[in-house]
Amino acid sequence: MELLKFNGITALVLKRVGLGLVTLWVISLLIFVGVEALPGDLAEAVLGQSATPETVAAFRKELKLDMPPHVRYFAWLGAFVKGDFGNSLANQRPVVDLISWRFANSLFLAGVTAMIAVPVAVLLGILAALYRNTLFDRLISMATLSTISFPEFFVAYILIALLSVQVVIFPSISNINEQMSFWQKLYAICLPCLTLAMVVTAHMMRQTRAAIINILSSPFIEMANLKGLRKLRVVVLHAFPNALSPVINVIALNLAYLVVGVVIVEVVFVYPGLGQLLVDSVSKRDIPVVQASGLIFAGTYVMLNLLADVLSIVSNPRLRNPR
Amino acid sequence: MTATFKLLRSSPFSARLGMAMVLITLLAAIFAPVVAPYGETEVAGDVWLPASADHWVGTDNLGRDLFSRLVYGARNTIAIAFLITALSFIVGTMWGFLAATVGGWMDQLLSRIVDILMAFPTLIFALMVLSVVGTSIPALVVVIALLDSTRVYRLSRAVAMDIEVMEFVEAARLRGEGLWWLMRHEILPNAMPPLVAEFGLRFCFVFLFIAALSFLGLGIQPPTADWGSMVRENSGAITFGIFTPLWPAGAIAFLTVGVNLVVDWFLHIASGLED
Repeated sequence: MELLKFNGITALVLKRVGLGLVTLWVISLLIFVGVEALPGDLAEAVLGQSATPETVAAFRKELKLDMPPHVRYFAWLGAFVKGDFGNSLANQRPVVDLISWRFANSLFLAGVTAMIAVPVAVLLGILAALYRNTLFDRLISMATLSTISFPEFFVAYILIALLSVQVVIFPSISNINEQMSFWQKLYAICLPCLTLAMVVTAHMMRQTRAAIINILSSPFIEMANLKGLRKLRVVVLHAFPNALSPVINVIALNLAYLVVGVVIVEVVFVYPGLGQLLVDSVSKRDIPVVQASGLIFAGTYVMLNLLADVLSIVSNPRLRNPR
Repeated sequence: MTATFKLLRSSPFSARLGMAMVLITLLAAIFAPVVAPYGETEVAGDVWLPASADHWVGTDNLGRDLFSRLVYGARNTIAIAFLITALSFIVGTMWGFLAATVGGWMDQLLSRIVDILMAFPTLIFALMVLSVVGTSIPALVVVIALLDSTRVYRLSRAVAMDIEVMEFVEAARLRGEGLWWLMRHEILPNAMPPLVAEFGLRFCFVFLFIAALSFLGLGIQPPTADWGSMVRENSGAITFGIFTPLWPAGAIAFLTVGVNLVVDWFLHIASGLED
């Protein structure tokens, strides 16, 4: 409370960061307990009914199932923080080897998509808000509403059908590896990138439009207009500082969405990313890999949401002068 | 009844289009055995045949009639998505109303749990749970309904909060009515309009979610016809220039666009806006 009086913004940010850390911790607990709460025994469930008692015992030892739960939780979390995610059940390789380069690939795909989608979406959103209820606005609204209604794989297969089968421009399978140069990689991920960019742009543009319209209809903008200020001045000096906070929020939230959205697109284009690995491991019931990649996805998502909130607190002009 | 007709007659073109789209899909789903020329898993010809008089949109990767699969798929996918949405609404509104009427620690506890569940990306959560409990239809229904009920909880709590402070609720309280009576007879009828619109949106979300899981091979399992898994089964065809997977994927898009158009109109009415 003393802190809150001292400086509003710092206190709010600290509170939000604290909440984010608690969320992360609870998620790690949930992931652990989720496996724990499995009806019956994990070893028997994974190995199946035909497993001999010896293999079940060996498997239990491998997963350290013979120790009490709280000991295992802290051992697992401690190892995780140090970067040791255990071994894959499917091929006995260390999980960290399986995950690290795939995670880098997923970030590459998401990053390139964000570079395209963010400026386009924000620009279109602002334009649609400024020229709302015109033909331009209606066309964009129709296009984005239908893109949102389509499942990602529908957009992906339409793009494949158009740009990789009808007209052979881009590869329909985005297999990238270490030997490829940056530009080769970029060419390979054109279609998945385009798919994701379309879906994310649609969401982001709609939210940006709503945020800007919300601000343009506030009394202080009306006041500025009534004072006879030039339109450019109203937009840049009056609307923009207030729009910054919601728009930054929209961007960060959509980046969080993007991180999860890669899962389906990676499967469509057989892209060697973390999402593909997660899906494969779920069907193989390779629990350590699922736990690790799930925690990484959830962690990134929580962090980006946290970033969204912190940025919107910091950029909110109303909080700049503590009462 | 006349009020409903009046409302329908005043509906804009986009809403009528949406209703027609939903109606076509629903009719196909309900009368699937009558509409479909072949059986759900009946092999009726060669693999990936082009569209012809015998097979209206061709055949799939095992030579089954794609049109029949689409019709049966509508039945399975819509039924499961509807079941999940209904379940998530029952759970979500119950807890949401409870949080709003009881308030205090109950509200705090439930809201914090929901906050944490919502901080977790739904798809990742579902994948993790399914990896542990295995993919079966009951598991899918329970997991997705519970995850989705968090969103319903948020809305129903917010709506119930507004209703809870009204005089008629106060009067019922003073009359000595129980908690269940308050929720059932005072709050629920007044919370209906926003909840109905939300039902449509949630249905779309659940429907797309099931389709995505099935597409990943972790949802409804073959040979049951389901739009998401049909896209997956036929996805190989696209590289040969055969557009079979676009049919089930397009069917998913068709229904979601239809529902969205109707919901848009409904939200417009519920918000009380005059054009």
